[in-house]
Amino acid sequence: MKLPRLFLLRGRFWAGFLPWAWLLLFFTLPFALIVDVSLSSPELSVPPYVSPLSLGPDGQLHWSPDATPYRRLRDELGALAQPGADRPYLAAWGNSLGLAALTTAVCLVIGYPFAYQIARSAEVSRQTLLMLVMLPFWTSFLLRVYAWMSLLDSSEVGLINQALLAAGWIEEPLPLLYNSGAVLVGMVYSYLPFMVLPLYAHLVKLDNRLLEAARDLGARPAVIFLSITLPLSWRGIVAGSMMVFIPAVGEFVIPDLLGGGDVMMIGRRIWDDFGPNQDWPMAAAVAVVMVLLLIGPIMLLRRHGRAAPGSLR
Amino acid sequence: MEDRGDAQGDYLRIEGASKRFGETLAVASVTLAVREREIFALLGASGCGKSTLLRLVAGLETPTTGRIVLDGEDLSALPPHRRPTNMMFQSYALFPHLTVAANVAFGLRQIRPHMAPKQIAERVDEMLDLVQMQAYAGRRPHELSGGQQQRVALARSLARHPKLLLLDEPLSALDKKIRQRTQLELVRLIQRVGVTCILVTHDQEEAMTMAGRIGVMSPKGELLQVGTPDEVYEQPACRYTAQFIGETNLLGGRVTGGRLRCDDLPEPLALAEAGRPADGSEAWLSVRPERVRLSRTPVDKADNQAPGTVDNIAYLGSHSDYHVRLAGGRTMIASVPCARWGEDTAPVRGDAVWLSWAAPDGVVLTR
Repeated sequence: MKLPRLFLLRGRFWAGFLPWAWLLLFFTLPFALIVDVSLSSPELSVPPYVSPLSLGPDGQLHWSPDATPYRRLRDELGALAQPGADRPYLAAWGNSLGLAALTTAVCLVIGYPFAYQIARSAEVSRQTLLMLVMLPFWTSFLLRVYAWMSLLDSSEVGLINQALLAAGWIEEPLPLLYNSGAVLVGMVYSYLPFMVLPLYAHLVKLDNRLLEAARDLGARPAVIFLSITLPLSWRGIVAGSMMVFIPAVGEFVIPDLLGGGDVMMIGRRIWDDFGPNQDWPMAAAVAVVMVLLLIGPIMLLRRHGRAAPGSLR
Repeated sequence: MEDRGDAQGDYLRIEGASKRFGETLAVASVTLAVREREIFALLGASGCGKSTLLRLVAGLETPTTGRIVLDGEDLSALPPHRRPTNMMFQSYALFPHLTVAANVAFGLRQIRPHMAPKQIAERVDEMLDLVQMQAYAGRRPHELSGGQQQRVALARSLARHPKLLLLDEPLSALDKKIRQRTQLELVRLIQRVGVTCILVTHDQEEAMTMAGRIGVMSPKGELLQVGTPDEVYEQPACRYTAQFIGETNLLGGRVTGGRLRCDDLPEPLALAEAGRPADGSEAWLSVRPERVRLSRTPVDKADNQAPGTVDNIAYLGSHSDYHVRLAGGRTMIASVPCARWGEDTAPVRGDAVWLSWAAPDGVVLTR
């Protein structure tokens, strides 16, 4: 039986090689390209930039980076103390972080009871409930956002407004769409499963006997939740929050479709610079800074997650 | 140990408690009284409902019928966190994210009105001192051995001065060697604290070593018999108890002329006079292997005896178990001290031998 052994060796090779190859091909390489673009100078051509790395007529490689975009970001940061100064990038960055934080918080508040109920339910119904959480993924993400548009719209197609009008509870359609509220609703709706699943994975491991022991030792239900359940699901909270917060910061489609452009997000900013403004180096620089800034909290959260009081080894 | 009147005979009263899970009856109408400061063991095979009964007392399950009264107070209406009972859980259920000291302090922190932090710290010290775990106060449960975890769990369940301590398979998570030493240690601690204690175990040795009285439960969740370890061993009330506790030879038949007639034995068996069932009733005779005499020749004055051949011998050091096949095909076990043979050579497999026992050595059972 030579074949299985061969397969095994190959399998092992691919299992070790594939993730690294994938990361190299689809993360490291593109990221290096973006860094290259961010350090180049704008030019009216296709593509609209000149790479800082060039092959001179003497056959030597020349490195002539242009750090203008980074300088602009630094200047905005320097002008933080001045009231009224124009800081388009920092403002967009702040809006995005704020929205992502709010989305994460709301997802946590809604998702925790979800995950808790699923984890505490009978083993046979758990699979069904989990399936229900994942069910929205069976429809295209874009379709679901459009569905929200038709729900929230204030014209005749807006289902919620029409229902409220028909019930006689309101006389004028409510301005539900094209504001930050609509964006939050869309974000929470889209990202909730990413909070529920990691939370569930941690809560389902929670030993019921610990809760019984706490009850037996005189703890009321609220105390049990705060002193046993919550600390022991800490890693799930960290994991779920990361899964929601990080993609939420760069979210472009939901604010664009549901926000109607009244709140400038960092994703929108990058889109504008790549598109209408034709300032690729600036857009690339913002993207690079975003990645670097997100790596910080990820590392922090990871370490915190590991050393958390609730960590079960 | 203490002299108390009959009024204290029922510090804890379980009155007709049943618990039904769907179609299965886990606890079948158990009535039981436990005395103050007593260590009482509920003994039964796994799945017999003994743990459920313990959980009914703790309030972790609600009885389907019946009630539980502790020290004159009906517990039925109280949720578990208000009951003056504390349980030491099987495999301990220590809080993994808390230190040893914080585990022990947990129950104390729930007491209302609040205890002063200094009082809590003192009580924790006292408890850790009791179980000799002061040196480990700052450790986490996963850094402790099984025996150490057991001691922390005990300290935690005693910290609140419970009126009743409930132990659910307290030592089943430990190695056999440590278990035997820990049994006596645990009894000493419980007696020193002076707490009334119900212990659940499937291990008859554990029950007999630790408990003052034992309640034997059937696989159907009924309480079959309550008695001291020697009572349940020497005077089993039914066949299940006789067979569950220790080894026994069980001979079934019908009572005829004051004797027990078994189909496969030539002679009807002589029965002790006390408690002899009426003629014609079905009965069983339980004879412990150590009560059966084994000899190479018939004995002069024996109430019961039967010839047979040695089928198998299990040498167990202090004694040997002889499996003897009788003429009718039945196999009986005779337990013989190894020192007994002296100069004589011990019988070997295939030898013809005689088994005999006195009528009072057999216990007559009717169920």
